[in-house]
Amino acid sequence: MEIKISVKNLEAFYGKNKVLHNISIDIPKNKVLAIIGPSGCGKSTFIRCLNRMHEVVGGSIKGEILLDGEDLTKTDPVLLRKRVGMVFQKPNPFPSMSIFDNVAAGLKLNGVRNKKLITPIVEKCLKQSALWDEVKDQLDKSGANISGGQQQRLCIARTLAVDPEVILMDEPASALDPISTTKIEDLIFQLKKDYTIVIVTHNMQQAARVSDYTAFFYMGEIIEFDETNKIFISPSNKQTEDYVRGRFG
Amino acid sequence: MSYSVSKKEKNNFLKRFFPSNNLGDFIFERLTWLFALSVFLLVILMGYEMYEGSKISMQKFGFDFLVNSEWDPVQEIYGALPIIYGTIVSSLLALIIALPFSIGVAVYLAEVAPPWLEKPLSFLVELLAGIPSVIYGLWGIFVLVPWIRTDVEPYLSDKLGFLPFFRGAPYGFGLLAAVLILTIMVLPIITSITRDVLKSVPRSQREAALALGATKWQSTIIVLKDAKSGILGATMLGFGRAIGETMAVTMVIGNRALISPSLFDPSYTMASVIANEFTEATSEMYLSALIQLALVLFVITIFVNALARLLVWSMDRKWKTT
Amino acid sequence: MENDMKKSNLFYYRKKITSFIMMSLTFIAALAAIIPLVLIFYYTISKGITYLNIDFFVAMPKPVGESGGGMANAIVGTLILIGIGGAIGIPVGIMTGTYLSEFGNNKFGYIVRFLTDVLSGIPSIVVGVVAYTMVVVPMKHFSALAGGIALGILMIPTITRTTEEMIKLVPHSLREAGLALGIPKWKTTLSIVLKTAWKGIATGVLLGLSRAAGETAPLLFTALGNRFWSTSIGQPIASLTVYIYDYAKSPFEDWNQQAWTAALVLILLISLLSLLFRIITRSKYKTN
Repeated sequence: MEIKISVKNLEAFYGKNKVLHNISIDIPKNKVLAIIGPSGCGKSTFIRCLNRMHEVVGGSIKGEILLDGEDLTKTDPVLLRKRVGMVFQKPNPFPSMSIFDNVAAGLKLNGVRNKKLITPIVEKCLKQSALWDEVKDQLDKSGANISGGQQQRLCIARTLAVDPEVILMDEPASALDPISTTKIEDLIFQLKKDYTIVIVTHNMQQAARVSDYTAFFYMGEIIEFDETNKIFISPSNKQTEDYVRGRFG
Repeated sequence: MSYSVSKKEKNNFLKRFFPSNNLGDFIFERLTWLFALSVFLLVILMGYEMYEGSKISMQKFGFDFLVNSEWDPVQEIYGALPIIYGTIVSSLLALIIALPFSIGVAVYLAEVAPPWLEKPLSFLVELLAGIPSVIYGLWGIFVLVPWIRTDVEPYLSDKLGFLPFFRGAPYGFGLLAAVLILTIMVLPIITSITRDVLKSVPRSQREAALALGATKWQSTIIVLKDAKSGILGATMLGFGRAIGETMAVTMVIGNRALISPSLFDPSYTMASVIANEFTEATSEMYLSALIQLALVLFVITIFVNALARLLVWSMDRKWKTT
Repeated sequence: MENDMKKSNLFYYRKKITSFIMMSLTFIAALAAIIPLVLIFYYTISKGITYLNIDFFVAMPKPVGESGGGMANAIVGTLILIGIGGAIGIPVGIMTGTYLSEFGNNKFGYIVRFLTDVLSGIPSIVVGVVAYTMVVVPMKHFSALAGGIALGILMIPTITRTTEEMIKLVPHSLREAGLALGIPKWKTTLSIVLKTAWKGIATGVLLGLSRAAGETAPLLFTALGNRFWSTSIGQPIASLTVYIYDYAKSPFEDWNQQAWTAALVLILLISLLSLLFRIITRSKYKTN
């Protein structure tokens, strides 16, 4: 198992409030890692540490996070976020941009202006996110004028266009209907060939369906981290067992 | 005081006339409704009063009132063109200077400033909006105008005197002073509305940009684009304020109905003409012409404000639906 | 490929630098915006304080040439004017605001809401002209009443909008609690909703009053001004703002000085108003 991100003794704070305690975990490359746990357990905070979005909302961290062996807490967040993309809980396309420009946004923000370069990338990413067939005739429509499920796949395409190595997903399907959810899950399955994916979910079936590894968070700590099968069939920790069996949370 | 009666007939009778089951509720609703109606009637009454008051001037001058450039109370000729010119030019120039500053301050408050600094700064900006106009004027007469006379105008005519905008005697009182004081006065208005508009753009928009590797400025540009119509509305509200601003402008603009390209020359605005000449207006025609000016100002500001409000409101709705 | 790397590196540095410069500029703009505020306060205080003494509050203005004297009539006049204005603006504003929040979800409500917004943008001098044609012309002379009416009209939009917004902030559950007890809607609104929103509404009223206290333009040809002591609402009345205007324009240095003092007193008056309201509203809500 090749390691993509290695987290060592991570602590995260909001002001003086400690929300993550001593987190250490190795995130395997080109696999899907699911983070589960009851709400308020720090799972969103954790993945927001991985691309340093945690500090955007006024948080701070202690500890080491190694991305390919390089401590990302010491690199420039602007460069880091190109390598570690993120899909948010609520679809957030840019309403003032067209569908095409939404996908191209990341490229433009990083200095790619040549339309000949951009067009094929946009097409490729829309195909990758299984949205191409639905929107290919309305690429100049506003990114906000499509359904919620389409918007979320648009956001995934937008993330892919920057060509990241890691994709973080913060409950990407929680605001969507079951059909759109299935599409997103299929998509995640496709994407793990090329990307390392970390997905936060409160839906245990979803975790079981899409992930290779699962980490159970509780009260800001990792209770158990193992292969998904192991976690769901024979967890070694009592709390994990109670949670995946639906006894609390 | 809830409504209850013993007689059935009376109950039916009342119910037919009062849609509500409860007499107290009915009276309460109608009472507040009457006050709301009074606001509605007030605006209409204002327009009507000025229309009536300006009738004789309108009959005599007709459309000429707006395009004739002679304002001569002695000859009883009233053409408001130079006054309208002065109003629009002073307001537009003030807006052009104030806008980049306002957006800058608003961006600082909404996007950059740490919370402990944002609050006191916003308070100061609001304080600036709360200073009475006449105090701006007082400060204008005794501080700003002397400074313009001894430093700004000589400097400008020395360096840029080849342009027609910066020629003439450095008198101090004039268009330039009015523009500068209006700039200071509209800045807090545009700033505070723009800040609110920027804050109404959801945080997820900024996060989306940052997560793609945007810098703070790049994400700000995206937010500014989202807020475009709201900022336009804020600008128009500032424009509405500038064209109606009276005391400070009257005290520094020099008060002469004159169309001149030079910023050093005195000028006049609709509001300052009314402020200056209303009590001196001895003839009926003179008074009528001044009321007509007020009517023109009324119509322009209603139009500008209505448009501005619609723009700002559309911003509010935009994020509520998505 | 190497070329592309170089290009993207170059762009990275450029965008970092641009961001830094632009963010610094916004900070500079914020600083620049504060400069006029500081200057205006500095001059008003330093120039106004030289004439600030007890006489200014209790004595009458002296004729031209005699130094000293005060503006007792103008201070009282300003208070009377905002009193009349408040007597009109506060009930109309609060009732209209109540209508808009409680019953205003219809076409008429939208129109009134829109008109109050529009009214807040109408120049105060225009309101002065209307007060002139409506009050001064039929009465055939200038009066405190005409000036007060103009100020009252100017207060309406501020008070209406704050009342509406403050009532809307009252949680729906409170209202339902009242209704569930069998209290009729009007009583619930008065005794529960308005009582809860009272603090916020008072702030709006204060804002309206202090803005009115600083108005000059609508008084120029309604209340006019008066060099003598008058408290009659049927007669012309003095006000601080009109004094500031007249004295600032006058050629007498002594009067110019007094204009600064009047400006300082006006600012103090407005601050006092705000302090007073803060004390009233605080004592009522100590438990919070």
